[in-house]
Amino acid sequence: MSSTDTEVTRRDFLYLATGAASVVAVGGVAWPLIAQMAPNAREVAAGAPVEIDVSAIEPGMMVTVVWRGKPYFIRHLTEAEVAAATDAEQGLFRDYQSADVRLAAAGEGTTKNWAVMGANCTHLGCVPSRVEADGENALDGWICPCHGSKFDVTGRVTKGPAAENLPLPPFNFASAEALVIGEA
Amino acid sequence: MSGHSTYKPGSGIGKWMDDRLPLARLMHDSFVSYPVPRNLNSFYTFGGILMVMLISQIITGIVIAMHYTPDAALAFNSVQDLRRDVAYGNTLQTWHAVGASMFFVAVYIHIFRGLYYGSYKAPREVLWILGVVIYLLMMATAFMGYVLPWGQMSYWGAQVITSFFSAIPVVGETVREFLLGGYAVGNATLTRFFSLHYLLPFMILGVVILHVWTLHVTGQTNPTGVEVKSRQDVIPFTPYATIKDAVALVVFFAVMCYFVFFLPNYLGHADNYIPADPLVTPAHIVPEWYFLPFYAVLRAVDFNIGIPFTEIVLIDSKLGGVLAMFGAIAILFFVPWLDTSDVRSTNYRPLYKIFFWLFVANAVFLGYLGSRPAEGIWIPLTKASTLWYFAHFLIVMPALGLFEKPLPRPASIMDSVLEKAQGAGTSTMAAAPAEPNTKG
Repeated sequence: MSSTDTEVTRRDFLYLATGAASVVAVGGVAWPLIAQMAPNAREVAAGAPVEIDVSAIEPGMMVTVVWRGKPYFIRHLTEAEVAAATDAEQGLFRDYQSADVRLAAAGEGTTKNWAVMGANCTHLGCVPSRVEADGENALDGWICPCHGSKFDVTGRVTKGPAAENLPLPPFNFASAEALVIGEA
Repeated sequence: MSGHSTYKPGSGIGKWMDDRLPLARLMHDSFVSYPVPRNLNSFYTFGGILMVMLISQIITGIVIAMHYTPDAALAFNSVQDLRRDVAYGNTLQTWHAVGASMFFVAVYIHIFRGLYYGSYKAPREVLWILGVVIYLLMMATAFMGYVLPWGQMSYWGAQVITSFFSAIPVVGETVREFLLGGYAVGNATLTRFFSLHYLLPFMILGVVILHVWTLHVTGQTNPTGVEVKSRQDVIPFTPYATIKDAVALVVFFAVMCYFVFFLPNYLGHADNYIPADPLVTPAHIVPEWYFLPFYAVLRAVDFNIGIPFTEIVLIDSKLGGVLAMFGAIAILFFVPWLDTSDVRSTNYRPLYKIFFWLFVANAVFLGYLGSRPAEGIWIPLTKASTLWYFAHFLIVMPALGLFEKPLPRPASIMDSVLEKAQGAGTSTMAAAPAEPNTKG
């Protein structure tokens, strides 16, 4: 359309209306073809909280549990590990959070010595291996076998390529023996 | 090169058909009378080899899919059953798996040949770009095929590669969930990868047809880089190129058979004989060898990129690595415009020749680095090697064309052939300009 000598005709309107209707129609056809890719209802339903009996997990021990198809670490820390994590300098972490945020207590009045975290490295999703801290690497808790990211016992990243800490799932202690993952 | 047709239908049926659907004429013009430069060397046989490899992968793939069950609980055993209980199942499965590796061997030689002889330069940019598209589709196909046996490497390969998409800001996690069909790699992922692994080879075939079409419009390059100028410069595709390709194919298949029958697991990983376990990542996970250079580039970026002297992170290490890795492939699309020299063949570019072989050595070295654990000396070496990879395309290629003095090139393909036959001394070389040859 030239802007000078023509006015908007009924045909122009029909073109635009037909075009707009076609876009809606194509979108309507494409929608289900794309939406079917999403996690299905059963997958979503499997996201219900799970309860784990942690009574047998002594300080220094850990278990890996599955929630929503993904693994999670539950690690009962020793006193030395809690102290090391609490006293660590902020500058050693790539994505600093305080140990207070990262740790949980099994009940009122007990020490915060439970670390619960997602077990997929925040870089590309491998499951980090547990390593014991030694003199040189006092903060080592996990090391990722894929690309060498390191995390402390509470899951805070100390070495890349991972840029973020291992995620904290929603969880709570229903009792001193029962940990529920999936519900804060 | 799409000149006028020399096809003459023989019989009455041939004439009748030729007036209605001239398919025989198309085949004759494309694969019989089609003129090719008379000086093509063995490196030019890999296009034909790749075509045969694609067909070979499709045929063996269709056959072994008849014995495969795309279900997370059954997939691993169905592949083992195929190998143990099905007549010739072991050979067919191995042929398909080794075939994927050999396909990449051929495609890498084909790509390096194109880079050496400047096959991407005008007027063949579209030909080159379609080739890069085929290469990308091949990578996607190979990756999804590798997931299907549902071993440990299959599972964790899928985990790592689909995580690339979660690096996209804001919508990344959702995109990944849509790719996986779940919150983690699982049954839904396996079934959709099976569907796509079956589809993609046919899409490759479609792009290959376009690739050959553009080739037949522009004509082939040749080791001199001088365009075809007269009928003297060319010979018909059949019998000359056909026979040469056939000989090359026999040699290629001989190498492949050695792997299939004597080293069937050499190119794979022992960990893939352990069924997929979502709770345990193998201690040392590496991709298939043909992805190693890009895997090294991915690992090279282990630092955040931010505004200096502030805490603001613009691109975190994860997104940075993924961008670098996709960039390493995407940069190939721009090669026709990054190279500023109008001299096609590296044979006549003394300086570029050095840099070309440095690039090849560096690419192989990157692959080696990709297979090393991410620790110690390997980390700085990976960074240096990655930097060189990009510098070759972004600095060497554009800069050399501006000041390099090319060697004199032959006046025609025939001239170079005659000169080779008569030995040096009776040169009929055209006087080459002594200043750099730069595009417009």
